[in-house]
Amino acid sequence: MRRLILIAVPYLWLLAFFLVPFLIVLKIALSDYNLSIPPYTPQLDLSAGWQGIKDFYDALDFENFTFLTSDDLYWKAYLSSLKIAVISTFMTLLVGYPIAYGMAQAPDEWRPTLMMLVILPFWTSFLIRVYSWMGILSNEGLLNKFLLWTGVIDQPLIILSTNTAVYIGIVYTYLPFMILPIYAALEKLDGSLLEAAEDLGCSRLSAFWLVTFPLSRSGMVAGCFLVFIPALGEFVIPSLLGGSSTLMIGKVLWEEFFSNRDWPVASAVAVVLLLILVIPIVLFQRNQERQQEAER
Amino acid sequence: MRRFSWFNATALTLGFVFLYLPMVILVIYSFNASKLVTVWAGFSTRWYGELMRNEAFLDAALVTLKVGIVSSTLATVLGTMGAYVMIRAGRFTGRTLFSGMIYAPLVMPEVITGLSLLLLFIGIGLDRGIVTIILAHTTFSMCYVSVVVSSRLVSFDRSLEEAALDLGASPFEAFRLVTLPIIAPAVISGWLLAFTLSLDDLVIASFTAGPSSTTLPIKIFSAVRLGVSPEINALSTIMISIVTVGVIGASLVSKRAAVKRQEEERAAVRT
Repeated sequence: MRRLILIAVPYLWLLAFFLVPFLIVLKIALSDYNLSIPPYTPQLDLSAGWQGIKDFYDALDFENFTFLTSDDLYWKAYLSSLKIAVISTFMTLLVGYPIAYGMAQAPDEWRPTLMMLVILPFWTSFLIRVYSWMGILSNEGLLNKFLLWTGVIDQPLIILSTNTAVYIGIVYTYLPFMILPIYAALEKLDGSLLEAAEDLGCSRLSAFWLVTFPLSRSGMVAGCFLVFIPALGEFVIPSLLGGSSTLMIGKVLWEEFFSNRDWPVASAVAVVLLLILVIPIVLFQRNQERQQEAER
Repeated sequence: MRRFSWFNATALTLGFVFLYLPMVILVIYSFNASKLVTVWAGFSTRWYGELMRNEAFLDAALVTLKVGIVSSTLATVLGTMGAYVMIRAGRFTGRTLFSGMIYAPLVMPEVITGLSLLLLFIGIGLDRGIVTIILAHTTFSMCYVSVVVSSRLVSFDRSLEEAALDLGASPFEAFRLVTLPIIAPAVISGWLLAFTLSLDDLVIASFTAGPSSTTLPIKIFSAVRLGVSPEINALSTIMISIVTVGVIGASLVSKRAAVKRQEEERAAVRT
């Protein structure tokens, strides 16, 4: 009996506030847009019983989904989100790997402090960390002032409100998610493997490429997924640092809902975004499981 | 022999400069006397004063704190139960669905979580306000708590619990007297994580908040959309300082606790 209560409470909570809401999104994505409150015509009427389900099935036309394919805006937004997420994930890897490597090589007594320095930004408000770049990247911002002062440029660079600013924002905010798994993989690395490689005549650089780099692969893969998955649906970064030309699907969904008040299309956008995300999420899960098995 | 070359030193220095410089600049410019945020016009605490007089921000801060405390406490209770179910309850019907629902919100884009909860609240006719934000925050942060607590439960010696049960404790007493003290660090960090997530959240709160219940992130977002503002710099500095003090304090406390535990273990071995 106690066990039943223990299982039932979190189970019912998640059913009510996670699964049911998602089914509602699915239902509204299959409804029709209507100028009313709420702004859609329910096609699925459960109170009508079996007849309601039958009517719903008959009227099922995936109208909102075909609308997504007919209007340029949506598929361009999906593609551009994918592009931005892929490029910024790769850039985060390039920036994060040397930091994780440096941490793994640092003297033991530094490590707790270095760890804390990486984790601290994670506890700081995401919004504030994105915002902190607005004053740096703007036309009269500090970066431009600095570059003008050093004489590298004679015209201010336009960075804020472009995709470049979005890349910088994503790399900056998600960097700890990349560093930590790579560091975890590098830290476990057996130093005697490197010594063996060098004894056998490897240079330090080739020992790195042949031993360290392949052995940190699982950490890199985990880090890339941890950056890529949230970056794909990102809303705050493109809306604060990006410009009107920055198309990202999270922003499109937001505007579809709040500005256009088109709930069925916003729901359809959400469903398709989730379908796109299922692939990397499943791959990520596999990578984690394989890693756990390898450790056993 | 560890090789800590100049390459590693440079990578670490540049990396941490990149991570911290923007925040340091933000803190410095919050003490700028000028309203123009890019021109330095001398030291002043003017913006902190203006912030304190800004009722809208104070109200939003109060709402945010209320939501944070209530939702993270609820999330800790539910999340610990969830972790217990996943690790200890064994097999039951719908277990796969349950663990799916625990992990899915962790990777779900916030816009989708927010949209779906809003549609639920409208569907059941619940007025949007502080209650709906609390429900939404509890739901996604309980999953984080579950993950944190279950990683501790996995590494926990089950025979201790069984010994308590054999010695006549009721299952609840065994939990309260044996399990809870051992998993307490994970429960506390779960609570802190849930609290931080709630304080931080902009997207889900925007979907689920009503007109009368604006949280601090919503307020900050609508202010910075128009550009950099010195008041927001001041507010950010306050928030950054609280987090820094909190994290450093927590790590010192946990370090001291670890040292104490080691000493106790050594003393126990000696006697």
